[in-house]
Amino acid sequence: MADLSNYRFTASHEWVRVEGSTATVGISDHAQAQLGDVIFLELPAVGTAVTAGTKFGAIESVKAASDLYAPVSGTVAEVNAALTERPELVNSDPYGEGWMLRVDGASAEGSDLLDEAGYTKLVGA
Amino acid sequence: MALRTPLYDRHIAAGARMVEFGGFDMPLQYSTIREEHVAVRTRCGIFDLSHMGEVRFTGDLALDVVQRLVTNDVARLEVGGALYGVMCHEAGGIVDDVVVYREAGGYMVVINAACRPKDVAWMRDHSDGCDFEDVGDAIALLAVQGPRAVGLISGMCPDDAAALRPFHCMESVVAGVRATVSRTGYTGEDGFELYVDAADASGLWDALIEAGGPEGLIPCGLGARDTLRLEAGLRLYGQDMDDDTDPFSCALGWTVKLQKGDFIGSEALARLDPAHPPRRFVGIELEGRAIARHGQRVLAAGEPAGEVTSGTYSFTLDHSIATASLDGDVPADAELSVDIRGTVAAATVVPLPFYRRPKGA
Repeated sequence: MADLSNYRFTASHEWVRVEGSTATVGISDHAQAQLGDVIFLELPAVGTAVTAGTKFGAIESVKAASDLYAPVSGTVAEVNAALTERPELVNSDPYGEGWMLRVDGASAEGSDLLDEAGYTKLVGA
Repeated sequence: MALRTPLYDRHIAAGARMVEFGGFDMPLQYSTIREEHVAVRTRCGIFDLSHMGEVRFTGDLALDVVQRLVTNDVARLEVGGALYGVMCHEAGGIVDDVVVYREAGGYMVVINAACRPKDVAWMRDHSDGCDFEDVGDAIALLAVQGPRAVGLISGMCPDDAAALRPFHCMESVVAGVRATVSRTGYTGEDGFELYVDAADASGLWDALIEAGGPEGLIPCGLGARDTLRLEAGLRLYGQDMDDDTDPFSCALGWTVKLQKGDFIGSEALARLDPAHPPRRFVGIELEGRAIARHGQRVLAAGEPAGEVTSGTYSFTLDHSIATASLDGDVPADAELSVDIRGTVAAATVVPLPFYRRPKGA
């Protein structure tokens, strides 16, 4: 089990880990398990501004397509290029290699984030 | 509350994720859709299909009744033979797609779970003079599919299962359980469907998993069933066709045998031009990995031209595939694309099926 003490979660199942002014964003283990085999990710280009609580992309599994919502506001500094060829990393390592974005100048203002305990309670795990 | 098949407890014990389908609580997946899909393509998978409905027609008029209900020519079936066809409304729309088995005492028609109430009412209304029985609750259906299915079932059955021809069945015994062993399936692979008494389903399921496990057999859910059938170019009622779709418009004209004489819908179907039906059903490959889904708009040269009926990511071919229903006047060489949630993906028409199993495999 990953140490998630530095992770914060949205009610829409994204996570964010803030280090200094950079935030890393992905989706939770619960979300990947619900989606099943991830096939495709639609992610913003580097330099795009994202806003907490609004859509930044989409994720598709065989079963469903879902929108992705930014847990923080800021500017996309890096996109996980490995996911283009290997979107299944979101399934196998959602909190590590399956990360999606790094956001600079991250601010969680306007975002209602949960800690691990709060999120676990939300998803009833 | 959703209905349960006789294998419900097995699915829960195996940790399946359950989903409601056709009024039943069914396994969507046990491991992952990809893993189950690959197992069937390369080894072997077992499916619980007990949600499917079965209806028996017996008596002197059974042939006449089934012949009127189904578009295909049931008269050509010998005992132990089966065929695929559709039932149509008078206006030509499809009530359901079915498999008809000729039995010693009549016919067994296999119907979709989601259509069962509608089908049974329809059949009852059109079965004058024929004994008709909905036996769906008494029968369980297990499918064993994949390149190792024949070896596996042959080793568990005293009769020569390997000699059974496609779309034929025999009354036999598998793992001590009396079964109608049918060389049919919905995956594009070789394999069998086993019709057994509901009370025998769990014992047979356990025996198949025990014997097949060392061969790489795993239980597979409806998720893999859908990705497998779509690769194999097989239709799904409710998505690829419905009460308003005629068989020619979903490329099932080959099941329509107008020369056999009158049947329900034959007048309406005879007025259609099989070469130019109201809608054109095509297979398409999409650029990129995004999945085209049921109901999404197909464009020809940027203009609305039809709808996606089914779509998935093909694990075997490693790209996005779909079937689409195009307006009848869309030219064969039109440049197609699909509007996938606001993003337009280029599409190329390809022959169906997308996947055909290697010869001799």
